[in-house]
Amino acid sequence: MDFAFLYSSFLRLIAGIPLTLQLAFSSIGLGFCLAVLLAAMMRSRLLPLAWIAEGFVFVFRGTPLLVQIFLIYYGLGQFRPYLDEMGIWWFFRSPYYCALLALTLNTAAYGAEIVRGGLQSVPHGQIEAARAFGMSGFTLYRRIVAPIALRQALPAYGNEIILMIKATSLVSTITLMEVTGLAHKIISETFRAFEVFFVAGAIYLAINFAMARLIALAEDRIAPDLGRAAATIEMGKLSH
Amino acid sequence: MKNGADPAVEVKGLTKRFGPLEVLRGVTLSAYDGEVIAILGSSGSGKSTLLRCINMLEVPDGGTVAIAGEPILLKERRGGGHEPADQAQIDRLRQKLGMVFQSFNLWSHLTVLENVTEAPVHVQGRPKAEATAEALVLLEKVGLADKRNHYPSQISGGQAQRAAIARALAMRPQLMLFDEPTSSLDPELVGDVLRVIRTLAEEGRTMMLVTHEMAFAREVANRVIFLHQGKVEEEGSPAEVFGNPRSERCRQFISSQLRHA
Repeated sequence: MDFAFLYSSFLRLIAGIPLTLQLAFSSIGLGFCLAVLLAAMMRSRLLPLAWIAEGFVFVFRGTPLLVQIFLIYYGLGQFRPYLDEMGIWWFFRSPYYCALLALTLNTAAYGAEIVRGGLQSVPHGQIEAARAFGMSGFTLYRRIVAPIALRQALPAYGNEIILMIKATSLVSTITLMEVTGLAHKIISETFRAFEVFFVAGAIYLAINFAMARLIALAEDRIAPDLGRAAATIEMGKLSH
Repeated sequence: MKNGADPAVEVKGLTKRFGPLEVLRGVTLSAYDGEVIAILGSSGSGKSTLLRCINMLEVPDGGTVAIAGEPILLKERRGGGHEPADQAQIDRLRQKLGMVFQSFNLWSHLTVLENVTEAPVHVQGRPKAEATAEALVLLEKVGLADKRNHYPSQISGGQAQRAAIARALAMRPQLMLFDEPTSSLDPELVGDVLRVIRTLAEEGRTMMLVTHEMAFAREVANRVIFLHQGKVEEEGSPAEVFGNPRSERCRQFISSQLRHA
């Protein structure tokens, strides 16, 4: 192994980390907001709203993210005159915004299903108890429904966050120089694909290791009686 | 019974149907301050539905419910049935009613202590420090002071039900409603919960209790109501209802229950 080369590749690749993280966190954040909205629509009694949300999820879960990125970045370029007229060409001209849009819509579709599942898992009796004590409307959602749904949804959402961090690598195909984009560039100069992709992979692994720890911490905080922390306590009890 | 005072709850001509099933067929009863009313009946007699209609967890099809003299306003719902006309009124009146459920329904994301302070702080707007101090007294009373930082999933059913009683008491309710509070408990855990309810009765709290614990009902209630097929079949003091029931159905029910006990 040529450690000097690995190290120099590493130094060049870390320049891509900010863009990787920026795309990941922006799309996860925006996607979560959209996911909550979609989940609310899916549970709505207004059927057309529910159909729109279900259609959205169907399309964005059912097609590859790469195709979505290409459709938005390359495909919409065909309609430049219209987009120009609407004054939104600046958005679709930018690979960064197109990537962000595709990632956001994609994670929103998965997130919507996770949030919907979380909401569905809130035991009816606990909502009823809140009503019986005079809680209703937004307070009921904020104090009871949302936190219980979050507890249920967090493990699945953690998984989605990690998937999204890896999915950002696809945006290298539309000229963005995040970690994978930079790796391609270095390889085109050095023809040493193994070392460069090895380092790139290690960087994603390190990011996701940190992310997994953060998610586990969040789980222990939000649901101290479930999951890891509780399991450790139970094991502790058994060993005595 | 206090003369001139409004009853804590007054129910008149209550009817409720679920689809083709008529669960309540005109129930009328009142609970005055300080009364402990036990509601008995075989399963399907409508006793839980009656209790749930009092705090509008089920909206009755006909009849009226008044809490402390204030009738709950209902309006026709499109497509049949009724719905509350004024959610703010319901929310306000529900705070006078402390509900204890058969399956506890503690909030799973909150500790025992947080379960007890949740509604006082976030519904009644009381200061958190005050609510916490009062909650600790209540948890002490139901014997759960040492479990205050446990989550509902970490305590037994009997402990959960006592926590749920503390949670209801924390609202400083005028009337406590118990919906089969011991029916989902293991037999060895029933005693602790009944002890807590007995203490409340001795303190003179107004309570309505749906139960299958005949001996307990006889001991703590000052009035017993026997429901059969959605109607009040028999009503009177425990001595009357248990000792000398007028209705044949009530007599059969009581003898069958006592045989099983």
